[in-house]
Order: sequence, then C-alpha cells, then structure tokens
Amino acid sequence: MATEEWKFTAKDIATKPDLFLSGHRACAGCGPASALRLIMKATRGPTIVTEATGCMEVVSSIYPYTSWAVPWLHTAFENAAANASGIDAALKAMGKKGKVKEHIDVIALAGDGGTYDIGIQALSGAVERGHDFLFVLYDNEGYMNTGIQRSGGTPAGAATTTTPAGTVIPGKVEKKKPITEIMLAHDMPYVATAAPYYWKDMLTKVRKGLEVEGPAFLHVFAPCPRGWRTDPAKTMEYSKLAVETCIFPVWEAVNGKRQLSTPSKLIQLAPQKKRPVKDYLAGQGRFRHLFTPQNQHIIDEMQRLTDENWQRLIQKCEPA
Amino acid sequence: MSSKDKSWKEISIAGVCSKSSIGFLTGDWKTYMPIRDLEKCTKCLTCVMFCPDGAIRWRPDVGDIEFDFNFCKGCGICANECPTKAITMKIPDGEK
Amino acid sequence: MKTKQETMALNGDEAVALAAKQCDVDVVAAYPITPQTIMVEKFSEYVANGEVQTEFVCTESEHSAMTACLAASLTGARSFTASASAGLALMHEMLFVTSGCRAPVVMAIANRALSAPLNIHGDQSDSMAERDSGWIHIYVENSQEAYDSIIQAFKIAEDVNVSLPVIVGLDGFTLSHSLENVDVLTDDSVKQFVGNRQLPKVATHEGKTVPLMLDPENPMTMGPIAFPNYYFEFKRQQQEGMKNALKRIQEVNSEYAELSGRNYGNGLTDNYKLEDAEIAVVCVGSTCGTLRVVVDELRQEGIKAGLLRLRTFRPLPVEDLRKALAPTMAIAVMDKSMSFGGLGGAVFCEIRHALYDEKQHPPIVNYIYGLGGRDTSPRELRGVFEELMHIAKTGQVEREVNYLGLRE
Repeated sequence: MATEEWKFTAKDIATKPDLFLSGHRACAGCGPASALRLIMKATRGPTIVTEATGCMEVVSSIYPYTSWAVPWLHTAFENAAANASGIDAALKAMGKKGKVKEHIDVIALAGDGGTYDIGIQALSGAVERGHDFLFVLYDNEGYMNTGIQRSGGTPAGAATTTTPAGTVIPGKVEKKKPITEIMLAHDMPYVATAAPYYWKDMLTKVRKGLEVEGPAFLHVFAPCPRGWRTDPAKTMEYSKLAVETCIFPVWEAVNGKRQLSTPSKLIQLAPQKKRPVKDYLAGQGRFRHLFTPQNQHIIDEMQRLTDENWQRLIQKCEPA
Repeated sequence: MSSKDKSWKEISIAGVCSKSSIGFLTGDWKTYMPIRDLEKCTKCLTCVMFCPDGAIRWRPDVGDIEFDFNFCKGCGICANECPTKAITMKIPDGEK
Repeated sequence: MKTKQETMALNGDEAVALAAKQCDVDVVAAYPITPQTIMVEKFSEYVANGEVQTEFVCTESEHSAMTACLAASLTGARSFTASASAGLALMHEMLFVTSGCRAPVVMAIANRALSAPLNIHGDQSDSMAERDSGWIHIYVENSQEAYDSIIQAFKIAEDVNVSLPVIVGLDGFTLSHSLENVDVLTDDSVKQFVGNRQLPKVATHEGKTVPLMLDPENPMTMGPIAFPNYYFEFKRQQQEGMKNALKRIQEVNSEYAELSGRNYGNGLTDNYKLEDAEIAVVCVGSTCGTLRVVVDELRQEGIKAGLLRLRTFRPLPVEDLRKALAPTMAIAVMDKSMSFGGLGGAVFCEIRHALYDEKQHPPIVNYIYGLGGRDTSPRELRGVFEELMHIAKTGQVEREVNYLGLRE
C-alpha cells in the first residue's frame, strides 16, 4: 500500500470525474452532499460503496435514478458496517480463487443515525474483526431524513422534533456521544475527524483511511440547513465555525497516536483565535431558544464543556 | 404515474437502478441563481469544490469555470465562500 | 449413475456443515445459537485446519450475519449461514431484504421454539414465522436429507430464474443432535453437481446488461428506494421466482437422485402410502418418520392410512396437494407451531386453503403438537388416525383445532 502522501491541487480534484453525480435530491445547501461529493474525489481506484439508510442514501438512489458512478449497495439502516464486512469477506474469498484480480476499496457510509445509535453494534463488530474498509460518518447531528429527530450525535441544547424546545425542557438534555473516543478505544489503525470547509484536510484523510489495511473511521461534520434551521448558503461557514470554536476539532490518530490537524493546531498555537461558542450557535434555529435569559446558563455550560473537552484533547494529542 | 412505466416483466429484477441521475434536472428548484463577476473571479475553484450538486465545473479545455444551471439549486454556498465575493445570488430575470 | 459414497456417523448439524463445506462456499457469516451451534463449530474446525478456503466471519449478531451473507452474495460470493429461534427472529428484517435483492443465500435452520418463555428445544415456530419473507422453505425428515438438501439448495437458489434464498429446516435436537448414518458424496461429485455460481443479468444505469454483482467494471446501484409507483412490480417478480422454483426443486431432486440414489418424493411432497389412502395425515419435518411407522402399523390392520410429508412449504405445491389429498376421506394436518388468534396453525391454513376450491374435499382438522420440543409418541399419533377414522365414518368433526399432548 502507498505510504507516500497524496499530493493534489484544486485543479486535480476539479478535473477528476464526479463519482457522486448531479441530479441527486438533497436539499439546497446540503452539508453531507457537499462532503460526499468531495469524499468520492479521494478514491484511488476500484471502489465499492455501501451505505446505511439515511439522507444520502435516499437522495441518491430514488429508483430508477442513481447518483452513484461506483458499485453501491444499501440494505438497511443499522448495518452499513456489516455490509462492508460481507463485501470484504467476499472480495477476500474470491481473491483466493483468482476471481478478483485487483484490490478494491470498500467504503461504508452512514449518517449519525446509522453510526451512533442503531449502527454502533455492526460498526463495533466490523472494527473488532479487522475488516479492510473505511467507515465514513457524515454527522448532521440528527435523524434528518425522517424529520429531524434527535440522535446520539445531537448536541445538548439542540431542538429536534423529539427534543423540542419546550417550556419545561429546553431541547436535548443529553450530551453528544463521543463517538471517536469510542472508536479510538477499539485500538483501530486510523481514526480521524474532518470538516468539509477544510476540504484538503478532509480529502487527505479519506485517502489515508483507504490506504490503511484494516478498518478506518472518519467522522465528517456535515451541517444540515434544514434540520439546523440555518441559511443554506452558510453550510460551509458553519463547518468552519465548528472548528474555530473548538466544538468540532479536527485531528487524526494513526495507530492510536493522535495529532491535531492544521486548522485546530493553529488554534492551539494561537488561543486568541478561538471563537466563543455563541458565534457558532447564533443563526442556528435549533439553538435559537437558548438566547433567552432563562437559558443563558445552557450556553455557559456549553462553553465550559467545550473548553474542557478542548483542553483534554490537547493533552491527548502528540505535542505541537 | 407515467404511462411509459414498464411492467414487472420488462424491468430487471432486484431493483437495480436503470438510469443515471444526470438525467434528472434539479435546476428548477432554485429561487436565486449565482451570477459571477468575471473580473473578480480568480478561478481559485473554491466554488467548484463546495457545490453540493456538482453544478459548478472546471473546464480545462476552455480554462474557465462553468455553471450548470440545470442542476444548480440556488443554495448560495458558492457566493458565501467565494474569497473575492465574485458571485452574487440574484433572482433570474423575468421572475418574481 | 450412482456415485461413490461413504457412510459416516453424523448428527444433523454435522451433516449440514459437511454439505456446506463440500459446496465450496466462499463466505460463511454466522452467529451461534442452540441447537445450531455444532454447525458453526464444525465449520470453524474446517477453517482452522485449512480444509476450506471459506472466509468465515464470526459476526456480532444474527442480523449482521444475514447482512454480511447478503452483501457477500451480491459481491459474487456463494454464501451460507445457519441459525434458529431468536437468531432467525433477529434476522427478520434482513430476510425480506435478502429475497428482495434476489440473493441466493442458503441458510440451515435448526428449528427451535421462540421465546417467551425461553425454550431451546425443537419446534417450527421460528421458520414458520418467516413464511412470508420470500425465502424458499424446505423441511427435512432426517440428517441424511439435511445433508442432501443443503447441496440441492444451492442449485435451486442460484438458478437464474429463481434467484431466491433458501431455508433448509431441520428439527432442533431431534435431528440437529441425533447421530445417524449419513451417506456422504465425494467432494468432487458435490462440487461438480453444484457447479459454479451463475448470475442473473440486469440492466444498469450505464445502459449495459450485465451480471447482478457489485463489480467496479460494471457499476450498479442495488437496494434503492422505490416509491409506490415502482415497488409493487419488484414484489411480483419475486413471486415469479417462487413459481419457477416449483419446477426447479423437482428438477434438482431428480438430478440429485441420479447422482446419489436418493430422491424425496418429487422434491415438493414426499407421499407415503397415500395413493389409495382414505385417511391422511399431513406433516412437516422429523415427526414424519414416526408417522411412517404408525401408518405401517395401521396398514397391517387393514386400515387405509397414508402420510403426506410436505417437504417444500414455500413455494407451496398447490397442485400436488390437491391431487394427493382431495380424494381422501379425512385429513389431519400437524403443526409444530401456532398462529395465535388464528384458526389453527400455518400448515393447516395452507392445506385447507389449497383444497378449498376442489369440487370435493374431505374434512380437514388440525393437530398442534410438539411445541417447545415436547415429544410426540407413536401412540399419540395413532390417536390422530383413530380420530380421522371416526370423522371418515360419521362425517362429524368434534374439534377443528386440537392440541396433541397438551395437559388440558
């Protein structure tokens, strides 16, 4: 497998044919769609994609139309990683019999629904068994396809249809499940986080994940204008803000050794560049109810937790 | 339901998709459309990178960016992210 | 011409594992559950000793086992799994997906009762609960047939006009764990009989018609969302696959008989002394073995008793059932499962339904028996025939649905 770092320019990426085609039915300004289109640019050869039920699956596979220029399989909601396990096993078995001549990369794609919650069993099992695949989580922080219900990935304070901002309970109470910490605890070869605004960083990580022999996990932060009640034009801006506020730091861990990626590293080195969480929360309809006197403490708590998590992350990373 | 839709005998088994989505034009979704100021555009390709619908393309043969309004949904990400503010979102002429 | 065979002492689970091994399966993804465990354990031994080239995936649940088998099958691999009871129930969602994707997965089910309460013993409620899932169901009477049927199952499933997955059901503990003499074919003759996997062709979005397979050379999209204006047609196609399976099962049964010297009726029903029978019992699975003994006993006494062993439950062999059963005078249908709130068990309903339009058909009664692995004695089964004699004589049916061996 290649150990040389993949170098590319915007022109290189722009001239590569799209493998996630136009004509899909995602909302205007969809974060996951933008991320996915880019992610597919980082493939390096024959690739099979398997996906869990969710926004990206539904918008790209409305019979008889498909937006996939690669072999693609969807079966159910909780089993993207189990699909990948079966495909990996088949390719290995057929390879032994000479029926598969060259290496084929396997990508399993799921939203936060199909990863944090219903999908975690299959994901954990597939990683434990060491299948050779890249699992990409496109995290829009809710079960968006079924109408914006909360998931384990929904942050505390967010209003969703199952955690509405009510008079008694102001949005989701529970914190966002630390999915990458869980994946790191599996002792797996590659775990990373990416935000699509920093697309070069994201593509590099996708390629690294594919190059790894064994399981790799990439957590992509993908804002949803519909579910978050944000301006569709600001989707990429929010992914940038998430990094700048340290709500979603970007890093990668190769065999457990973690390093901050450049966008987050810059903040570590210049802490004055770290923006307050309310800059991120402002303009998001799902957090609008927090900007009231009685809910100010929730924003304060979010700031405190973000700061605490950020410090903890710096401790866990390799020194600058 | 189209009268051209095929019977169960005519379509392939297992639900395998038979058409590419590039045949499904989503351009009529938009309210606003991106207009590019050629003088401000530096062809940095940021818009090409971010467009969720792949509706902005780099044309190496003509050395320029091309907008495909058949697929542009008018989200405005391109305008928001353009470093030189070369793109503005406008309601197409003749429409309210 | 019969091929060379070796007699081995195997229980049902071991026979199944051996058959799967000889069929050169590419992928086995499975999760253990009593009484299927010996199948996966045996297969693990083959893998650990390098006797097979199979990729053996110890999935973390049965749902993932079925998923992995499905995905592997759609990638072009021949895949096999096994389960029972709660494990099969856990796969429920994926059974429908597998048949909907037309993947020829073969699965052995060591038929076991469903909870609650928990019961590990043999009854058929697990696979009967999946009768609508689009899988072909073949139920065996003994370990020999379990071995034979797994081999046949691949050939049935992989026929391009069938392209449906197959369940081979063997009664839990009664067959799965009982040692029998099983005549085993040579590796080569099984490999040759099953052959290489053939793939049906589909039209892709690239405008090509290519084998149904995840292949970067010919990309295709499988498992899309189909809205109301499209979904129905795919379901009708599955039904057509079932119709083709009726024929294919019979063909494979004959071909296998040529190879091994063993056939199972016509593959769909296996009738015993039924041609001139006045009273008949319809049964599925191992209890048919006991019923044969009881039929013989009655025949000795001059009573025209007969047995219809329903081997293939899905697709339902309606014509065979009508032809064989309509001429009798009283029928009892045995059910080793229940359908709560319905009128009798699954097999009972199907048999009555099949005969409903016949100009003349006899009274048909139901005997629910053996739930949770409760043993059924020859004497109890004789009692069923005696009741049938009474019905045939008087035309009176005392109870449509009976519970055999229940403490009332």
